[in-house]
Amino acid sequence: MSTILIRGAKILGGEAADVLIDGETIARVGTGIEAGDATVVEAAGQVLLPGLVDLHTHLREPGREDSETVLTGTKAAAVGGFTAVHAMANTFPVADTAGVVEQVWRLGRESGYCDVQPVGAVTVGLEGKNLAELGAMHESAARVRVFSDDGKCVDDAVIMRRALEYVKAFDGVVAQHAQEPRLTEGAQMNEGVVSAELGLGGWPAVAEESIIARDVLLAAHVGSRVHICHLSTAGSVELVRWAKSKGWQVTAEVTPHHLLLTDELVRSYNPVYKVNPPLRTEADVTALREALADGTIDCVATDHAPHPHEDKDCEWAAAAMGMVGLETALSVVQETMVETGLLDWAGVADRMSFRPALIGRLESHGRPVSAGEPANLTLVDPAYRGPVDPAGFASRSRNTPYEGRELPGRVTHTFLRGRATVVDGILA
Amino acid sequence: MLRLPGTNPRTPGHLISAADLSRDETVLILDTAEEMARVADRPIKKLPTLRGRTVVNLFFEDSTRTRISFEAAAKRLSADVINFSAKGSSVSKGESLKDTALTLEAMGADAVVIRHGASGAPYRLATSGWIDGAVVNAGDGTHEHPTQALLDAFTLRRRLVGADAGLGHDLAGRRVTIVGDVLHSRVARSNVLLLHTLGAHVTLVAPPTLVPIGVERWPCEVSYDLDRVLPDSDAVMMLRVQRERMNAAFFPTEREYARRYGLDGDRMGRMPGHAVVMHPGPMNRGMEITAEVADSGRCTAVEQVANGVSIRMAVLYLLLGGNEPAVTHSLPRTEENTQP
Repeated sequence: MSTILIRGAKILGGEAADVLIDGETIARVGTGIEAGDATVVEAAGQVLLPGLVDLHTHLREPGREDSETVLTGTKAAAVGGFTAVHAMANTFPVADTAGVVEQVWRLGRESGYCDVQPVGAVTVGLEGKNLAELGAMHESAARVRVFSDDGKCVDDAVIMRRALEYVKAFDGVVAQHAQEPRLTEGAQMNEGVVSAELGLGGWPAVAEESIIARDVLLAAHVGSRVHICHLSTAGSVELVRWAKSKGWQVTAEVTPHHLLLTDELVRSYNPVYKVNPPLRTEADVTALREALADGTIDCVATDHAPHPHEDKDCEWAAAAMGMVGLETALSVVQETMVETGLLDWAGVADRMSFRPALIGRLESHGRPVSAGEPANLTLVDPAYRGPVDPAGFASRSRNTPYEGRELPGRVTHTFLRGRATVVDGILA
Repeated sequence: MLRLPGTNPRTPGHLISAADLSRDETVLILDTAEEMARVADRPIKKLPTLRGRTVVNLFFEDSTRTRISFEAAAKRLSADVINFSAKGSSVSKGESLKDTALTLEAMGADAVVIRHGASGAPYRLATSGWIDGAVVNAGDGTHEHPTQALLDAFTLRRRLVGADAGLGHDLAGRRVTIVGDVLHSRVARSNVLLLHTLGAHVTLVAPPTLVPIGVERWPCEVSYDLDRVLPDSDAVMMLRVQRERMNAAFFPTEREYARRYGLDGDRMGRMPGHAVVMHPGPMNRGMEITAEVADSGRCTAVEQVANGVSIRMAVLYLLLGGNEPAVTHSLPRTEENTQP
């Protein structure tokens, strides 16, 4: 097995140290480690993080390989500094059986760029009516622990209750896409001042918040874990804060784009800003940043949602919802959380690696940077600053809202179990 | 002569939103429309101004009234008119807005008049780089319908100030009440913006279910009580209310809507003597307006249709007129009206 010496990186943004990787494991962490015949990565000034973990990724395979495949999606993940991603279940066919989740899991193993942990559908066909075989998916090779009908809300209160209860048997968690369907019929953007002017159907904050309120109460009632996907409103933050104050097992994620962008951008009618849940207001952005800083929101999740160009190169109403995010997530978090002083790099490691791994119950990811741990690591150059160029994306899709926007930070190296998947910012 | 192109920073050379027009630009359009209106009184209702130019009416929604109004306007200016009816959305039709636009561009369209069910489609057409021609919004989704607001302002100015007396004037201090389904109305959005630009005071009246969240930032007042607003109105604009809104619980029944927000003879009697009733058409008689009101001399619905052609002539002329002689030189007013 090869040995790699990462020399002089600031571990989690703290003291500079050397990290020796031997095979798949971190062998030593300290100063003045002799290189011997190890490959040396000079990392002075760079920050070493545990490999990032994404709880919310759409890899589109099987079914929509025109927008992304497991291979291209995991390449994008590696470029973005991720060593594990959770692949959402809304594929064609839906990942609602052991067969489909095992297929996705195997494709991830074959890609070799990033571990793929499939998410299982809560209900058959994401239709919200009958529970999928959650136990079979858990017992499959994919070892599914996170279940979600993402893209659709499990809006039936009884189905949601049963799902929350059922997955307790194997320490699973239901990740809810909180969207009251009746309140969001025809919804095109956040409901508020901008939607009133633009004449676009409103997606009111209450449609998210009412489901979160119900689900934290259900989770409390049955004593289960519930995870709230892509929280987007200040009111949702208050509800999660309240639920946590009660000691209930509630976790939540926020996307990079909800930390940075607002619905004012929709004035361009450019569908690159069309996403679900929609971009909200400045006040929501501020509340989300503060909640991520104080731990009310547990983690950042990309909701990486690739779409082919034609699905965005059209009028707003006809366009697909979603943005790619894997390759820009860390930069957006640095811009919105680190440069603002809300989080230090240890905080970034917590919100983008430790906590998402804990929520997903991943054993070999989100581990400390210390001897004996799996060598899943990400090296970031925080001094870098440059414009986002979608033409250089590893993802098959280009639907980024950041094209041309100058963002800080660049992942220089990513290590998956000791193997460099990214070297000097380029896929290895 | 002041021209529209270049004066509007967001979408220069196009007419997408009433918000893009300044007070002076709006008055210029209204004054130009007065000149155009005189063409309709001539034995040959035609000007050579846009000879050799091509105007495409690109209609993704059925709207015979608006389409023939634009068609008449373009033909009276001697433009070549192509009607492109792309009924149904681009999605269901299978052809994208982009491909349609590229087709029109290849045919050499100088202006595209677009009606589309999706809010923002004209803006996308004007800003996406798909076409070079001028884009005129003929109604997009529940967003805007700027030429409707212009023809409404034109009608108001004629009725409240006078055709000749109004030239150069705006609507400062006039009180306009807009009643009905504001939430889904592109006519209301454009009218609020344009009437405000012209100095009028606008009050929206509707059941709270049909007023958009976020309306507090609009330059107007909102009331839920029609009877209280009527005595202070110089004009009352009734919006079409689709009966099917009832099924989505926006109001309980058609009859309750008509009782609370419909304009009947009694209510019209509470308006000041000079006040007019407007309707963009098509009217739902018995719903938002009774036949008694619709057929009365105070209702301007038919005038609005005639004025629509003049306004659309003015808009097309100002957008496409280019270096042609100023329209006034070829109009009878300068020949006949020799008084100072």
